[in-house]
Amino acid sequence: MVEKINEISGENLRKCMQCGTCSAICPMGEAMPITPRRGMMLLQYGEIEAVQEAAIGTFCASCHTCEVRCPRGISVAKVYEAVRLLALRDNINLIEPEAIPKETLAEAPQIAFVSGFRKLTA
Amino acid sequence: MKLAYYPGCTLKTKAQNLDRSAMAALEALGVEALELPRWNCCGAVFSLADDDLIHHLAPVRNLIRTMESGCDTLVTLCSQCYNTLARANLLMREDAEKRDTINRFMTEEPDYAGEIEVQHYLSFLRDSVGWEKLRAAVEVPLEGLKVAPFYGCTLLRPNEVAIDGGPSPRLFDEFLAALGAEPTRFSAATECCGSYQCLIHADAESERAAEVLASAERAAADALALSCPLCEYNLGTRQGAVLEGREGLAPLPTYYFSQLLALALGLDPELCRFDLNQPPALQLVQERDFVSSS
Repeated sequence: MVEKINEISGENLRKCMQCGTCSAICPMGEAMPITPRRGMMLLQYGEIEAVQEAAIGTFCASCHTCEVRCPRGISVAKVYEAVRLLALRDNINLIEPEAIPKETLAEAPQIAFVSGFRKLTA
Repeated sequence: MKLAYYPGCTLKTKAQNLDRSAMAALEALGVEALELPRWNCCGAVFSLADDDLIHHLAPVRNLIRTMESGCDTLVTLCSQCYNTLARANLLMREDAEKRDTINRFMTEEPDYAGEIEVQHYLSFLRDSVGWEKLRAAVEVPLEGLKVAPFYGCTLLRPNEVAIDGGPSPRLFDEFLAALGAEPTRFSAATECCGSYQCLIHADAESERAAEVLASAERAAADALALSCPLCEYNLGTRQGAVLEGREGLAPLPTYYFSQLLALALGLDPELCRFDLNQPPALQLVQERDFVSSS
């Protein structure tokens, strides 16, 4: 499973040295049940289900700060994209569009839907 | 240089205030730009998976349309469109294997290898118009207006598509200074507004927006300047909901940078479509006499 994540993301999970920079700068980090750093460690040990259960990937806002700041040059965003894709490619939605409030549907700009659905729907 | 303009989906609907003001300003500056006659959605986010090429076709197709139109530079306004188009362009220029696969797949299109340049409107102004010429064209200097330039994420990250380098970019500040405004440095200038998380984790997104607004307030800014319709939604449209229950945060007008540009150039305020902003936006520029109240 580690190899699968590496293959989809083009990254090498083993390069992560657990410094926690990604967790410190992630704008959504405080809202996540486990931190991006902890998720990276779980992934290194092949515990992908634990990461998927914590839904870390669904919190990513594609700000790419983790990618820019990682001292090991890992694109953490690409790693979590791979985690999402493992579910999406099994035809599992990570959000249900019906659950979005009507007011948001009426007011939000198209780019919100295009990006959100691209990232989180199968 | 022959210039094409890529509007993108949101600019033709909810962000017409960004589109119209920017295009009118270009014309006023004597820059000719051809709006691409056949454009499609860029996809809004660049696909990050190494084995996923199909999602690059949409932005690449727009780049091919630009090439076919005889233009050599593509300018865009929305930060997300800029990021997606610029990264797709780099991919086609630098990754020979993926370029070859994509070109062979798109059999009805001419081959593309990153021939055109993708620029954001702000960096185009800096590189091709220049701050001197812009300053000279200003008819209504935005004197005394303290504007916090919100770069956000996708104009700056990843590094290879950053419109200005380093951890402390200046481009947006220089632009505001050229308009006669007072650019206000603030700590959240390059942070994330929460992006499309407004759809999924709206509370966490509101936290981000609140921090950006609080940071601008601490820096004593009169207003925020933006480049992205999603930032405008999170920081402007939803500002009322964000401020609710957060004591000590006052409403802060938000503008697209191009609206401030059009005002400073003395263009018809109708072009700015302030009716699409939250009400404090128009009120502030009227109070400061940057626009007639008729």
